[in-house]
Amino acid sequence: MRHVIATLRVVMLAVLAILFLAPFIYMLGFSLKTASEIFSGGLSPIPNSLEGLSNYVNVLFERPLLTYLFNGVVVCAAILVFQLIFALPCAYALAKLRFPGREFILGLVLFGMLVPIQVTALPLYAGFARFGLLDSYAALVLPFISSAFAVFLFRQFFLTIPNELLDAARLDGLSEISIVIRVLLPLTLPAATAFSIFSVVSHWNDLFWPLVAVRSPELNTPPLGILFFRSAEAGDRYGELMAATTIVTLPLVLAFLVAQRRFIEGVSLGALKG
Amino acid sequence: MLAWPFVLPFLIGLIVFLVVPCIGVVVLALTDWQLGDSAIRFAGLKNFVQLISDDVFRRSFTNTMLYAAMVTPVSVVLGLWLAVTVERSSIGRAFFRSAFFLPVVSTTVAMAVVWEFLLHPALGPVNALMSLMGLPRHVFLNDVRTVLPTLAAIGIWENAGYNMVLFIAGLKAIPNDLYDAAAVDGAERPWERFWTVTLPLLGPTLLFVIIISFLRSFRVFETVASITQGGPQFASEVVLYTIYREGFVYFHVGYASALTVVFVALLLILTVVKFRLIDRSVHYQ
Repeated sequence: MRHVIATLRVVMLAVLAILFLAPFIYMLGFSLKTASEIFSGGLSPIPNSLEGLSNYVNVLFERPLLTYLFNGVVVCAAILVFQLIFALPCAYALAKLRFPGREFILGLVLFGMLVPIQVTALPLYAGFARFGLLDSYAALVLPFISSAFAVFLFRQFFLTIPNELLDAARLDGLSEISIVIRVLLPLTLPAATAFSIFSVVSHWNDLFWPLVAVRSPELNTPPLGILFFRSAEAGDRYGELMAATTIVTLPLVLAFLVAQRRFIEGVSLGALKG
Repeated sequence: MLAWPFVLPFLIGLIVFLVVPCIGVVVLALTDWQLGDSAIRFAGLKNFVQLISDDVFRRSFTNTMLYAAMVTPVSVVLGLWLAVTVERSSIGRAFFRSAFFLPVVSTTVAMAVVWEFLLHPALGPVNALMSLMGLPRHVFLNDVRTVLPTLAAIGIWENAGYNMVLFIAGLKAIPNDLYDAAAVDGAERPWERFWTVTLPLLGPTLLFVIIISFLRSFRVFETVASITQGGPQFASEVVLYTIYREGFVYFHVGYASALTVVFVALLLILTVVKFRLIDRSVHYQ
């Protein structure tokens, strides 16, 4: 009886897993099909030949997909670097130093965590338009450089580090800045990695703000590129469209499969943020 | 002061790009400003009055609630079932966990386009399967009756794995002794253990996950913006998409700001409840 239940459990999980993976399987399969094969409308995801590989060559070299990927990398990297440089010292000060205004800044951080980009988007858009900043890398990056969530996370983490460790470093004659860089930073690595994964996944996949901030196709981030591609092709080059979605989805999916635990940890951080 | 160089870069960024815009959106909500107008005229609560009688907003609010009411319960129950079942499975735990979590890390816009193709009336495999089974072909995303449930199904596909992971974390915190104790008391079958030990101890996590799921589905935007643009006939119009269209397509900045204020008020109420729960679940330990 036990065995029957255990087997039944695995079978049910396997059926569900296939259902959940089906979109990925079809995406990959149809990205390798030629237009004529797709228009025959079959059920099988497996391509008849490898002729459809030309879909990948086309989207990568005849269409601007590489530009979109490059934009995605630049924007995500710039956002992450600023977030870390701004948040780590601030979190350290909030956790370990006493100074007037500390409570007030903590309050601002908690408030900032609750506010999604959709709330600030209209004034940001108007302001950026005023200063001629729209439609640029700066427009894509600036709204995210001060991450209240990063400060919150790193502060929580710094609070767990005993003051004795820092006092010992001070006795050794280290300045506050070298304490942050040489003592705290190495200890912070796991927390910083989790946050980095969270940040990159959110911004690589984000649609709302890029859709608002950018007009020129050459500044498209990967999600914008997919939308642009979808409407420009008016729906007759499905093989190429599937090749493009595969390429855009692939970097994060591969990274996830390599570092499963870290990814789950990082992405589920978002649950704290809301 | 020693601390200020540490704090200042972050603080300036936060004030310029978050605090000022937050004040800005509330002020704009009280004006009838449109992008390009040179003068800003105070309009009082006119936008909020208009909002109450606006058919599109009502439709979009109802749709968003309906969407959340479909996605939240199914993705929470499915997530819980997956967590319990995957953790108890004798083989393939890592594989199952990855399979169900994969939709969470994938680019939503890309997957929305894939789903649109899967559901294509003539070329998509879903309709190919349906006609194989003798059912009529159906245009899921272009039918006022099926468009919202179809988007909700995609939402469930996206959120179930996320909830599963949160539940797994909650399950790990339940001490094994309790299961042994329950076994001594005669609760031996899996579902008995589930009702007597797992579910009661998972209580705070469960509430937490319900609220998070609701917040996430209340913010649905990507699938609507990629596939349906609110159509057909506003049947998939949702709050964030209405804000986007009013503000950034029609440039009715004042009115869109009022929509945003209503939207964020609802979010904040739920988030405060959530933080209360986090506090409380910390006290349990």
